[in-house]
Amino acid sequence: MCDATGDGGGCGADTEPPRRRRAPGTSHPRTCMKCGQGTAALVIRVGDPFCRACFREYFVHKFRAMLGKNRVIFPGEKVLLAVSGGPASSAMVRQVQEGLSREAAKRLRFVPSLVYVEEGAVRRQSPEQREQTLAQIEALLQATGFPYHVLHLEEALELPPSILQPGPGTSGPSGPSYKKAVDSFIQQQRQDGDSGSSLPGHSSQDTPAAPPATRGLPDAAQTQELLRSFEAAGTATAREELLEMLRTHLIVQTARDRGYAKVMMGDSLTRVAVKLLTNLSLGRGAFLAVDTGFTDQRHGDVMVVRPMRDYTAKEIAFYNVFFSVPTVTVPPLFTKHREKPSIHQLVERFLLGLQEEFPSTISTVYRTGEKLSPEPAKASSESQRCLLCLCGLDTEGEEELALEPTLILEEPEAGAESKAAYIPLLCYSCRLTFKELGPLDTLPPYVRAEGQRRIHRAEMEQNQENQESSKG
Amino acid sequence: MAAPVSLQVEFGGGAELLFDGVKKHQVTLPCQPEPWDIRSLLKWIKQNLLKERPELFIQGESVRPGILVLINEADWELMGELDYKLQDQDNVLFISTLHGG
Repeated sequence: MCDATGDGGGCGADTEPPRRRRAPGTSHPRTCMKCGQGTAALVIRVGDPFCRACFREYFVHKFRAMLGKNRVIFPGEKVLLAVSGGPASSAMVRQVQEGLSREAAKRLRFVPSLVYVEEGAVRRQSPEQREQTLAQIEALLQATGFPYHVLHLEEALELPPSILQPGPGTSGPSGPSYKKAVDSFIQQQRQDGDSGSSLPGHSSQDTPAAPPATRGLPDAAQTQELLRSFEAAGTATAREELLEMLRTHLIVQTARDRGYAKVMMGDSLTRVAVKLLTNLSLGRGAFLAVDTGFTDQRHGDVMVVRPMRDYTAKEIAFYNVFFSVPTVTVPPLFTKHREKPSIHQLVERFLLGLQEEFPSTISTVYRTGEKLSPEPAKASSESQRCLLCLCGLDTEGEEELALEPTLILEEPEAGAESKAAYIPLLCYSCRLTFKELGPLDTLPPYVRAEGQRRIHRAEMEQNQENQESSKG
Repeated sequence: MAAPVSLQVEFGGGAELLFDGVKKHQVTLPCQPEPWDIRSLLKWIKQNLLKERPELFIQGESVRPGILVLINEADWELMGELDYKLQDQDNVLFISTLHGG
């Protein structure tokens, strides 16, 4: 991308990098490229000005198109929307509201609920600030009229070990086909006759009639225990990964307990692009497709869906301003004094900086990610599945040299629970993260319980093999 | 000599955290020989409003990548960006789309 024009402004010659090279907006107001009439209100992609009305139509259509194209959300199905209060998930909730208020033929036909994970403990919020954020969030959740669940990150300490195993049942083609599901749904509706209920399928009993009262903040002791895990983590990168893991597990467990087969997450296109490069840098190359794709089936019974991944952060921000979508800002995850920024932050800065000069950077990264296959993430058996991220182990067949950085060599005391014993249970990337996490007693109890179970099981299998081979 | 300009300057998406958590600021820019544009507004913000860590908001003479600018609820890309000449009673909104740090 160098438009050297002969006046010495070639690549690298500028001291100050040239910012966007679009024609300066001397001729404003520009008109909408779509309808040719309205006054343009924003530029999406490079040089496509849209007016508000056309932008709204474009935005709303994209959501429906995303769900229509992928056909994984069945009519009448209960869907849990993960809401963080941030721009993307808030815009997602608004799209679902829009979709449900449409005339019958175009109406979205699933049954939404919301879930919010309160993370004030690791965002260095005082109890008062946490209460404040919670009040804002509850107002936002309540205003949607959907049932909702509010969780605290501390509750991850009480997760069952089974969250580290895929749930039984509907993964992939064994489930009913989309077409069948739609047909039977329509039949069901006809049978119900003109009862005139606006919400399809489900009786209202399985959703809480009144929103659950917030039970106040967790015990200070629990908050301390959670903080201990995060403070023991040696790097900002490991803390980001720990937070992401605990949050995802909490949300999936909530879905599992309450019978939601789908969870919608609000990752935007910009976020997906950042995640692609971040996870690549973290050694998760084999799992990029499940980490960022439209569907993520690693949890078996609960499928994670990312319907916002076609929207750039810019589109979302403008939509929220134009159409008054409320959001709640929370401070970022804490960092230690003078600590290096996380890989997540570095990649974000890098990509957004590059995007400034080369405006198709982010969409190119995103589209490249589309070509990846989810196959490598599939695990054939429990012993082949990563303890932490549930993806298929990518360490088989690797040369020893390549795996050396993942090993834990120094560990004197024998007999006691050893951190090194966990390493074979983990994929390449989770090994690196795990090494940077604190000692075993700072890990969430469910991780240790499941880890111990698998270590024992592996030992027993090993013993059996040894016995058999000594017999023979 | 340009007359003083009154503006509403707003921050959102987390950018307000750099301004004591205050989202809306009524500001009056003093008289100066050149007319006020976004470029000079950013300098003024850096000197007068920014409480901490200017590098999280300003980069070079513009905003940091990932921060969007809306002038009277329209994309600044349509308005000439840094060269937009501010009018009295304009509304300038800065929205951060950055995740953290």
